[in-house]
Amino acid sequence: MASLVGSRVERKEDKRFLTGKGRYTADINLANQTYAIFVRSPHARASIKKLNIDKALKSSGVVSILTGKEIADDKIGGLIAGWAIRSEDGTEMKCPGNPPLAKDNVNFVGDPVAVVIAESLAEAKEAAEKVEVDYKVLKAVTSTADAMNGDTIHEGIDKNLCFDWLLGDRQKVKEAFDKADKVISIDIINNRLIPNAMEPRACVADYNAASEEITLYTTSQNPHLSRLIMSAFGNVAPEHKLRVVAPDVGGGFGSKINVYNEDIVCSWAAKKINRAIKWVAERSESFLTDIHGRDHVTHAELAVTKDGKFLGFKNETIANLGAYARVFGTVTPTYLFGPCATGVYEIPAAYTNVKAVYTNTAPVDAYRGAGRPEATYTIERLVEKASMELGIDKTELRIKNFPTAFPFKQTLVHTVDSGDYVAGMEKAKQMADYKGFEARRKESEAKGKLRGIGVTSYFEACGIAPSAAVMSLGCGVGLWESAEVRFNPTGQVTVYTGSHSHGQSHQTTFAQIAADELGVPIENIDIVHGDTDKGTFGMGTYGSRSLAVGGIAIVNACKKIVEKGKRVTAKMLEANPEDVEFKDGEFIVSKSNKKKTIGEVAFACYLPGVRDEMKSPLPEGDEPGLKETSFYDPSNFSFPAGTHIAEVEIDPETGHVKLEKYTACDDFGRIINPMVVEGQVHGGLAQGIGQALYENAEYDETGQLMTGSYMDYTMPRADNFPEFNIGYTCTHATTNPLGVKGCGEAGAIAAPPTVMNAVIDALGGQEVTMPATAEKVWKACKNLKKSNAKAA
Amino acid sequence: MKDFNYHSAKDSKEASKLASSSSAFLAGGMTTIPSMKLGLATYKDLIDIKNIKKLSGIKVSGKSVTIGAATKHVEVSNSKDVKKAIPSLSSLAEGIGDPQVRNRGTIGGSIANNDPSADYPSACIALNATIHTNERKIEAAKFFKGMFETALKKGELIEAIEFQIPEKSSYQKHPNPASRYAIVGVYVAKHKGDVNVAVTGAKSCVYNDKDMSKALTGNFSSSSIDGMDLDSSEMNSDMHASADFRASLVVTQAKKAVDAC
Ligand SMILES: Cc1cc2nc3c(=O)[nH]c(=O)nc-3n(C[C@H](O)[C@H](O)[C@H](O)COP(=O)(O)OP(=O)(O)OC[C@H]3O[C@@H](n4cnc5c(N)ncnc54)[C@H](O)[C@@H]3O)c2cc1C
Repeated sequence: MASLVGSRVERKEDKRFLTGKGRYTADINLANQTYAIFVRSPHARASIKKLNIDKALKSSGVVSILTGKEIADDKIGGLIAGWAIRSEDGTEMKCPGNPPLAKDNVNFVGDPVAVVIAESLAEAKEAAEKVEVDYKVLKAVTSTADAMNGDTIHEGIDKNLCFDWLLGDRQKVKEAFDKADKVISIDIINNRLIPNAMEPRACVADYNAASEEITLYTTSQNPHLSRLIMSAFGNVAPEHKLRVVAPDVGGGFGSKINVYNEDIVCSWAAKKINRAIKWVAERSESFLTDIHGRDHVTHAELAVTKDGKFLGFKNETIANLGAYARVFGTVTPTYLFGPCATGVYEIPAAYTNVKAVYTNTAPVDAYRGAGRPEATYTIERLVEKASMELGIDKTELRIKNFPTAFPFKQTLVHTVDSGDYVAGMEKAKQMADYKGFEARRKESEAKGKLRGIGVTSYFEACGIAPSAAVMSLGCGVGLWESAEVRFNPTGQVTVYTGSHSHGQSHQTTFAQIAADELGVPIENIDIVHGDTDKGTFGMGTYGSRSLAVGGIAIVNACKKIVEKGKRVTAKMLEANPEDVEFKDGEFIVSKSNKKKTIGEVAFACYLPGVRDEMKSPLPEGDEPGLKETSFYDPSNFSFPAGTHIAEVEIDPETGHVKLEKYTACDDFGRIINPMVVEGQVHGGLAQGIGQALYENAEYDETGQLMTGSYMDYTMPRADNFPEFNIGYTCTHATTNPLGVKGCGEAGAIAAPPTVMNAVIDALGGQEVTMPATAEKVWKACKNLKKSNAKAA
Repeated sequence: MKDFNYHSAKDSKEASKLASSSSAFLAGGMTTIPSMKLGLATYKDLIDIKNIKKLSGIKVSGKSVTIGAATKHVEVSNSKDVKKAIPSLSSLAEGIGDPQVRNRGTIGGSIANNDPSADYPSACIALNATIHTNERKIEAAKFFKGMFETALKKGELIEAIEFQIPEKSSYQKHPNPASRYAIVGVYVAKHKGDVNVAVTGAKSCVYNDKDMSKALTGNFSSSSIDGMDLDSSEMNSDMHASADFRASLVVTQAKKAVDAC
């Protein structure tokens, strides 16, 4: 049987998606359901003086109106930060309470203060307009850079500072800088982004008074984790009385990791009113209340010798958490950011210092790449600047500082098991025709245009997160993954995974893996995910972990099935288990023609007492049935890496930046399905290029979101991109049996610095911030013209 | 969205009879429906005019192109007749919003709405259009009054827009990257005797730039407006573009339009 791993198997999920048969949360309608509308704060910061629901209660169709008071009275818990971060001075991070419905204070536009539940959506909306909230408006803090100087948002949290964290050794860095021939320094902003999943968030909560069980259908990337949080911290219901189902989910990008206010409120309220409640976000609610991403202000320095060896690296960053610290809010700008900020280079001394601040803006949390795009942007912009200042070719300078051997003990935390960064660079240069750039630049010049080329070499830590590694960093929770492989008596297989697919094609790639492991046709394998009633537990999908962690759990469970199959075959065929080999779905007794198919073995495991078979096929000590579980906790992160090269052409009269060419050469380890990987790379690139050239979440000084719709928030479109030129170098990971590394975030990580390096190259080294909009670039072009005129 | 009454008018007469101070005509609905949904506008009655046959269609005569008010953008962009008579008008239509918007939005709705960054108003000014309503004919120069303001009276229905065929013309838009409305759009049309330079997006309302018109009437070459320093004091300024940037774009887009003629 030909191996399916490595081939472009068509997506099993596409038929239902392309024919409109997907079943998303908003498609779910329950008998007798009610509709919820949330009353949200129109102010960025205010105290609630009075909240009057009398008029609204009289509105037609209203079933119930609940506020922060009821939720507090019922002792329903708030939203939480999942990782405890300790400051450099040893103090614990400071997190404010974040009640699901605000009672006393609101802290960003969109913070919910009440829920209106009615017989119809229109009636709920109508009544919500009649809820009267008397706010005392307070001065909002909105700027990342100035947050520490603003009014105190949360009582007792001085300077709005959640933590002031250090990774690395300041003294060693100082010594390195003292020895440097030159110090390159840079001030950069990592712009705030809005995830914009195609499907807005939604939930449907139901209460069964007979079983006393709450069922929550929700748009989640990790239903088990959501249940755990809602149960342990939200006090909504004990875990065994709470079922969380995340059916088809239309994109997440990190924004659907969090348990949100609406999940908790609807679950709690459904029990209270003993009826099902449905809530579906409107797009404007998504803009305001989905977690946002990035939002860093960074000063970084690189100490170098005159021939271009890197000696030391400093990174001083202010990270905006928004109004509250959410699930991955504190780990994203620390452990997902700091360790990767030294990039793919041997830098003997380094530190990253992060001050995480609260502001009156939407909470900031993990968004595709989570910390690693910010890290890569920092180091790669710095290295590019170093190449300009040192006059060393940008690719040569990088190669000069690449590690020479693997495993590569990276400066701050990680030990990278495998890779070949030079091979990746050489291949990328060839794919991009790096040599031919100068000729292309001249052609552009002849047309009155400016052309620039930019390079990025990146690595990222994926497959989050090995417990051992995470614990050694002193931050709480490791993230393993589980899988259960069940054979039916008649030979089909159901695989239960704790990973969650919301666009990642697990139904296909996971089935390819199981098909190869078990020798069962792919049509006979179903992948089940997204329901806490199915499968034991799971950590979910984010951080490019599904394959590198969840996929390995499937492999391990399959291996256990095969082991049992060997024992059963041996018993059935009166052989030694050691003499039974498994290949292409058949158990074969070596040096004989005796064999059983895996289907026959499965049947025998379930129905041991078959006619004419006088004795049970089950060996002593083996129970009936064929079902195995694996909980896989990786020994290390996995480390995808690569080199990307972009070329832009700028019209100096309008400032328009045209992305002419984009080359991505990535090392994702072994590739299970090249078509799926291409899709992931394309999507990641679109988001990364979007950050560099188009997307920006902007608040005004009063904390109103200025970019609250697609009329003002630029979502990139297909015609903004050139044909992507994609290639790979595949060095297999040595830390997992499939040799896989993860590909979901690479594009979003590598593209922003790649594109910006190209833009800044075209602009003769002038800094512009992301997104490089026409006006910013136009201004830079004018400056360039002036300084060129002066020089001449 | 608040409840409203839906009417489908069979002719102009019925449509204007149904109109009141709390009604709107429903053409493509591309502006009306979102503003109702967002609570920015409420109407008691929506009067659908799409089924009025007379309002759709494109007619080309020797001197002019006449487009029915309820003609969709996609119909204008695909029309072979328009492409032949005034190619710049068909490419303007092709550059509006996205396919969904072009498949529903209408020329009449666009002009009646008079969004300061809409594309069609510039075509009307540049191509000396005449707006035919159920009551009268209005010259484009007198039709666009100010931001979202036109010469239309309550209940007055645009039936068609008649564009004068120029010798040469070109429309060049610098789009807002998010909405793709014009940050600045410049429509240059060379007629026998004079040149119009209609500018949209830059100020609160579309206008004909007299200085550029004069310069180009004298010498129809982009060099005659190159480096022109426009007064930016009345130009729009928002997070997408400052007044200075807009002022510069007006000249740049005008030059591009002249070069493309
Ligand atoms: C996402 C998006 C992007 C867009 N991008 C662009 C763009 O790039 N460039 C651009 O120019 N436009 C753009 N538009 C606007 C679009 O072109 C529509 O044409 C415009 O919204 C109005 O046309 P409509 O037919 O949809 O009018 P409707 O929404 O139906 O009506 C709008 C107004 O005009 C009135 N009205 C309609 N027809 C008549 C008539 N015959 N007589 C009198 N009054 C009438 C109505 O009463 C109403 O007040 C965009 C719209 C959207 C939603």
